[in-house]
Amino acid sequence: MELDQALQTFIVESRELLEAMEESLLGLESSPDDHDAINAIFRAAHTIKGSGGLFGLDGIVAFTHVVENVLDRVRSGEVPINGDLIALLLSCRDYIGMLVDQIAADSAAQPDKETEATGIMLLNQLRTYQAGEKKQSPISATAQSQPRMAVVPPPDGTVESDHWHISLRFGHDVLRNGMDPLAFIRYLDNMGKIIHVVTLPDAMPLAPDMDPESCYLGFEIDFHGDGVDKTTIEGVFEFVRDDCTLRILPPHSRIEEYTRLINELPEDKIHLGELLVNSGSLTRKELDEALHLQQILRAEYSQEAAPKLGDILVEQRVVQPELVDAALGKQKLAKENKAQESKLIRIQADKLDQLINLVGEMVIAGAATSLLAQRTCDPALHEATSTLSRLVEEIRDSALQLRMVQIGETFNRFNRVVRDVSKDLGKDIGLSICGAETELDKSVVEKIGDPLMHLVRNSMDHGIEKAEVRRQRGKPAKGTVHLNAYHESGSIVVEVGDDGGGLNREKIFAKALEKGLITASQNLSDVEVYGLIFEAWFSTAEQVTNLSGRGVGMDVVRRNIEALRGTVEIDSREGIGTTVKIRLPLTLAIIDGFLMGVGSASYVVPLDMVMECIELDEAERRESRESNYINLRGTVLPFIRLRDHFRERSKVSRRENIVVVQYAGQKAGLVVDELMGEFQTVIKPLGKLFGNLKGISGSTILGSGEVALILDVPALIQRAASRDAQLLACSQAEQIVA
Amino acid sequence: MTISIEASNGVCHARVTGEMTIYHAAEMKGELLPCLDSSTEVEIDLSEVSEIDTAGFQLLLLAKREAVSAGKLLRLVAHSPATLEVLDLLNMAAYFGDPVMMPRASRQM
Repeated sequence: MELDQALQTFIVESRELLEAMEESLLGLESSPDDHDAINAIFRAAHTIKGSGGLFGLDGIVAFTHVVENVLDRVRSGEVPINGDLIALLLSCRDYIGMLVDQIAADSAAQPDKETEATGIMLLNQLRTYQAGEKKQSPISATAQSQPRMAVVPPPDGTVESDHWHISLRFGHDVLRNGMDPLAFIRYLDNMGKIIHVVTLPDAMPLAPDMDPESCYLGFEIDFHGDGVDKTTIEGVFEFVRDDCTLRILPPHSRIEEYTRLINELPEDKIHLGELLVNSGSLTRKELDEALHLQQILRAEYSQEAAPKLGDILVEQRVVQPELVDAALGKQKLAKENKAQESKLIRIQADKLDQLINLVGEMVIAGAATSLLAQRTCDPALHEATSTLSRLVEEIRDSALQLRMVQIGETFNRFNRVVRDVSKDLGKDIGLSICGAETELDKSVVEKIGDPLMHLVRNSMDHGIEKAEVRRQRGKPAKGTVHLNAYHESGSIVVEVGDDGGGLNREKIFAKALEKGLITASQNLSDVEVYGLIFEAWFSTAEQVTNLSGRGVGMDVVRRNIEALRGTVEIDSREGIGTTVKIRLPLTLAIIDGFLMGVGSASYVVPLDMVMECIELDEAERRESRESNYINLRGTVLPFIRLRDHFRERSKVSRRENIVVVQYAGQKAGLVVDELMGEFQTVIKPLGKLFGNLKGISGSTILGSGEVALILDVPALIQRAASRDAQLLACSQAEQIVA
Repeated sequence: MTISIEASNGVCHARVTGEMTIYHAAEMKGELLPCLDSSTEVEIDLSEVSEIDTAGFQLLLLAKREAVSAGKLLRLVAHSPATLEVLDLLNMAAYFGDPVMMPRASRQM
């Protein structure tokens, strides 16, 4: 069970790392010299390999190891980064993702033949980078490292330049933290060849004080490895970075003397500098200078502030500064990561759902309590319940906030999609993202990915023109797809736009006519005409490229969005571009509602959609009985009588009110008997039986225990508006935009 | 992990069976070190050691050092493959000074 959980964590983390990797790879395309990005990619691969090893996922480890090697060469500048390599690395990333997915599905799964073939193909491609590199590396490596090693005595025939000196001192807690220093040395041995080890037990206290669970050992290691660099060696010890002191000396010095001297090292405490001299890394003179400097500085500052010998050595250009920089950078990064980790807690989604459910029940119970309190007319009780309901409201908001995630993560996935698809299509297309920090419910984010994917592909495939056409039309050759998200009156709007050719109104109209979806006499607005492309038949018409056969058609996009209680609309201008607006409810669980009464029944509309409430006076009532619209400060406001709509048979009340609601820029009025004010609404879905009911989106429970229906405002507005439009069309009146 | 200890003629024979790892480190220290107090010569039989990690190896080092400083003898005998591998990896065979079979002679350069 515990292992299962750890494996889940590994899967989640790997996916995050792979995403970071993809992002960095895409970043590299535009700025190939970005070292941070290269390092990030390397780290991602390295961490996946390391954690994969912990779970014995040999497939992942073996493959990632090769990737890591190539990346390491990229990092050291031995392999230039170019488009081909990035494309290959992206495929490798996908392959690792595939392996992780397989493990997520079944931890014991073996890759199938097809996967395996992909892996082998990728490995072969990677090998060309390794092989090609090997031919050049001796030259480039020496060329690069020579000038930095100015102090190294010139080779005198006995030099084997590939020997590294690694000095390791493990911290006391390393064993308690579940690490075995031996394992790291063994691992190092696998990477190359350990020439020589000196084990230093000097730090071990006398027997009575010695804690058998602490580690007191230090090691001096001479190591030989082909194509290994400092960072690779550091990488070996990455998991014990915080628990050990690691010093790596680049390969140099007279090896015979080096090994012999280390063999003769006395067992008492050895100073780093002494050791370096003993091992031939430094000359005595250089050490004296360094020690002298340290003494001067120590005299000037307190002992604690005295610079470390390592710093001085670097200053004196004795040790490669990159080594120290890399170590420092890594430490810093590890610290930052830790800080971030402690800010984040992973919680199981169902725990959160349960919390939200409970909050929902609490809201209902709270409403019942305050209802009872109102009846008792006890002011103290009244006050207590109002405090309570304020707190409940805050709890509700914070609980819902927990489920909110930024849409940016979803958007960022499209960088890759746009890149790949634009290559496939041979078009130059960029992606611009706005409003990535807009938050929406996690369950919505998960479900919006597929529709967005289809829309983005559509935009690129059918929207954006070929470069020649674009130039003829006076547009920049590079097309752009925009993703945008923002909040608008209780809903979130996600836009997918392009600066392509736009939709051809006449063509769509003609086709719709041909299919008998509309009649020639129908007077349709642009938005209505464009909306026709969401009809089922339209998705396959006149589409030739391979991208459109990928599953979801535009009708499926609309169905998906509607399943989320959202709506889609298209705005397009020929020659300028098309924008698809997806409007989604902010949350699916609890909303601020506005409670209204008609006869004996109660109805709720989302408060965010309510614009105003006006009383329908006697004159207007009489007037409006026929027309179903009123004059609201000079504009036409269509309305629906909920009494008629829901066939309420009770006696008509003396007074009527209009609740003006707005959705997607359209307004309509709902005529009700009674306004009952704000109400915290816990949305309960309707049973399947009522799934097809138009105009109702859910139900909720009132404080009194009665059930109130939640009105589907978009559907009602559409109904009011379309009836209104028909009326207007019949009377040949001018179209008035609400 | 179990340690069986037998003393005969002033020589303490300790035989370690199982894992010499961090999980048993405290226990091992408690059993091995008293041997050094009671005898002048200690022989630790490693033939049944299935696994040894840094903690286990460190204890052997400690025992050896204590023995040397007290002027007593400590011998490791009948090294199991696991213990040999570690001795070899850390290049500590010479430190203990016991006759061992080096499985990887190529290590010495």
